[in-house]
Amino acid sequence: MEGTLSLLGTGGGGGPSSGGSTTGSMSTVSMEDNLVLSSEVSSSYPDESELELGLGLNCGGGGGALKSKPAATPAPRVQYARILTAKDFPSLVAKSSSSSSSSSSSSVTKANTSVGTKRTADSFAPAPNAVSGQVVGWPPIRAQRMNCLVNQMKSPATEEFNSTGQKSKIRNGAANNANNGSEKNINNAKEIVHIKTSLFVKVNMDGIPIGRKVDLNAQSCYVTLAQTLEDMFYRPTTTAIGARRSSMEEHDQMIEATEPSKLLDGSSEFVLTYEDKEGDWMLVGDVPWGMFLSSVKRLRIMRTSEANGLAPRFQGRNGNQIKEKEREKLLNGESILLE
Amino acid sequence: MNYFPEEVLEHVFDFLTSHRDRNAVSLVCKSWYMVEKFSRDSVFIGNCYAISPERLIERFPRFRSLTLKGKPHFADFNLVPNDWGGFVYPWIEAMAISGVNLEELKLKRMVVSDESLDLLSRSFVNFKSLILVSCEGFTTDGLAAIASNCRFLRELDLQENEVEDHKGQWLSCFPDSCTSLVSLNFACLKGEVNLASLERLVARCCNLKSLSLNHGVPLDALQKILVQAPQLVDLGIGSYVHDPDSETYHKLKCAIQKCTSIRSLSGFLDVAPPCLPAVYQICLNVTSLNLSYAPGIHGTELIKLIQHCRKLQRLWILDCIGDKGLGVVASTCKELQELRVFPSYVFGVGRAAVTEEGLVAISAGCPKLHSLLYFCHQMTNAALIAVAKNCPNFYRFRLCILDPTKPDPVTMEPLDEGFGAIVQSSKSLRRLSLSGLLTDRVFLYIGMYAEQLEMLSIAFAGDSDKGMLYVLNGCKKLKKLEIRDSPFGNGALLTDVGKYEAMRSLWMSSCEVTLEGCKTLAKKMPRLNVEIINEKQQLEASPPDDRQKVEKMYLYRTLVGPRRDAPDFVWTL
Repeated sequence: MEGTLSLLGTGGGGGPSSGGSTTGSMSTVSMEDNLVLSSEVSSSYPDESELELGLGLNCGGGGGALKSKPAATPAPRVQYARILTAKDFPSLVAKSSSSSSSSSSSSVTKANTSVGTKRTADSFAPAPNAVSGQVVGWPPIRAQRMNCLVNQMKSPATEEFNSTGQKSKIRNGAANNANNGSEKNINNAKEIVHIKTSLFVKVNMDGIPIGRKVDLNAQSCYVTLAQTLEDMFYRPTTTAIGARRSSMEEHDQMIEATEPSKLLDGSSEFVLTYEDKEGDWMLVGDVPWGMFLSSVKRLRIMRTSEANGLAPRFQGRNGNQIKEKEREKLLNGESILLE
Repeated sequence: MNYFPEEVLEHVFDFLTSHRDRNAVSLVCKSWYMVEKFSRDSVFIGNCYAISPERLIERFPRFRSLTLKGKPHFADFNLVPNDWGGFVYPWIEAMAISGVNLEELKLKRMVVSDESLDLLSRSFVNFKSLILVSCEGFTTDGLAAIASNCRFLRELDLQENEVEDHKGQWLSCFPDSCTSLVSLNFACLKGEVNLASLERLVARCCNLKSLSLNHGVPLDALQKILVQAPQLVDLGIGSYVHDPDSETYHKLKCAIQKCTSIRSLSGFLDVAPPCLPAVYQICLNVTSLNLSYAPGIHGTELIKLIQHCRKLQRLWILDCIGDKGLGVVASTCKELQELRVFPSYVFGVGRAAVTEEGLVAISAGCPKLHSLLYFCHQMTNAALIAVAKNCPNFYRFRLCILDPTKPDPVTMEPLDEGFGAIVQSSKSLRRLSLSGLLTDRVFLYIGMYAEQLEMLSIAFAGDSDKGMLYVLNGCKKLKKLEIRDSPFGNGALLTDVGKYEAMRSLWMSSCEVTLEGCKTLAKKMPRLNVEIINEKQQLEASPPDDRQKVEKMYLYRTLVGPRRDAPDFVWTL
């Protein structure tokens, strides 16, 4: 969903512009493209011969190489997480200008598309940033406002009562109770737009002293969560706006050098864990997403070595056995997720 | 003047309420200083690190009302890491220990822990008013403490805070003896509240004037509340979803019609547009309308609602209103003084964003406009010049073009001339935010004309140090300057270092200043705290190369030296 959000960003804040004259191409990716691409993000994992960054999410499946499962289960979003690159979005790449932002350490060789694969700037709240496109803190809107609108986008856009007075599903339980049973939940009734709230939890990564926060309600599944976290912790913080600053690249290179260790070689050195309401540390990905949301208190990206012998996801040691179990769990949980 | 007994002086000073006046008075002579010192009732501290609580209490021993601001403004947009600072606990602790008779506390962008709230609630017998704006760090447990212990609480106003919901029943903690509430705003809370408790609370607080509910309060509860509180002046509706043919809805309509004092309406966090007609009646008298959290109201329903608001003075809206909708506002709301248009990023049929046309229409129809916040997709110089001509009274003008370096789409020129017209025409402009393609020229204009400017926000603008220098040299009353992603470097930073002591603070991020420049400044100006925010260890600690650019610098004047609560990633040079 994270990627989706960035795609759905309007022209505003789109793509770092090269210097003064902002070319239209970056900022005005058409809406249709956005919508097309958004569905791509959530449903397809084209073959990748190269290995991408991937946190060791307990998402099951996936061998050493993160190849997609062609026998696509209907909910591929619960499979392994990896960074999507420009290759996933060919039409957008074709549209984009050959502008800057090569500074970010990405495998996107083409111009930085407004697909949020490589957000050139970090953010403490991925949801707001993704909507704006590229730049941290732009447009300058408080997180609360952003969340309100982001969540609004995720809901079905229709909101009317139809003229026969059918009642739509009402989110608020209290309303239902108080209503003398005069309402009906009609299966095909349109949903009223409702605004979800945000669920920010802290995220710490071993080796990085400064923690981050991520809005779990702005994610739709483990995959997008992983993508968001990867963007947060593996991307340079600088914005790449403009060729105004000629020493930009130099600056960025300096930052890259201090990035935490490479996941590019295919093995995740880290696993994603969370602390639940009972205070226990658990591996992320075991339970259905909704259940996870209701029990998670905070996240930690833990070094695999510290994770008490849990095998890294994609290394094949003990891999097969664990993977089978994970896959089973996922398949069982899938039906819930598919609601 | 010295012949006046102190009581007389004190009585005279009672009429001075503005901080500036009081500050001026205390400089006249020693006896005036002393009288003013002991009669100062309310203190405003724009930067909590500029002074320590102990010194404040020593300076004004008898104050009862305190306003504190913590993090820099850009913290609102995620540019300041968590744990940067701005903790209120030391202030509350110091006031408690010294026996300050605190009655009112207003905090903005501060970290407020549950312990702070608990201590606050137990330490000040006469505590009456708590206003928290954009704060974080507390949960509903802290609110429970306030509700339980503050026996004379009149105001609990929570605006846009990050509050963790602990599913307690904080609202139920108001004792039955609490009847003093005048203002209760919990719209930003995410959790549910006990509706029965809420209803009873509203029923027994007959002086309740301002009530803002969160999304957990459904329409039928709203109806019962309004029956108990027809005297409300300010109403924030939580959930506004129901079947318009139901009896509940009709009861609501009747209840609302009895609320003839409502002048301010907000919320609609969840909304079923067919229910909107119930509020049309009160809209006729409404002077303030905030629909910026109501993306569910748009299109024709929005227009219909606005057409009822002929007395509107303040309007906060989403840009899904579109240019046409703004045209309706312009022709309906002739008394409009403040307009804020927020972006909605909503995709759907018929949802238009706004452009320069909407703004020009507003300026033409609403000559009393003096405060503007406008997010739009594009702006032209011609439009800004027209706006400047139509509305010469701006004291706050904030324009945000969503694509930060976009030129005038018609002429492809920078927007220097347009903003120049604004600063030239609005002689009492105090706050300005720029966006779009801008060169050094706009800063020349600002330096020349914006004589009253106190706060300036710059992003992605300018060509060289000259730009920043024009501003620093020209704007004599400048208090807060915040700059991001602009090519201003050490030259601009170091040219007039004395200026910063006359200002509250300076923020520069993603500019060209280097560590060396910041160090030089810090050395020359011991009464400034020059803080570098060193995220992700960009600047290696041993020893850092002074020629490296500093990603985020925040400096502010202070009487108490480097702060002791700075986290590891903040270096005070």
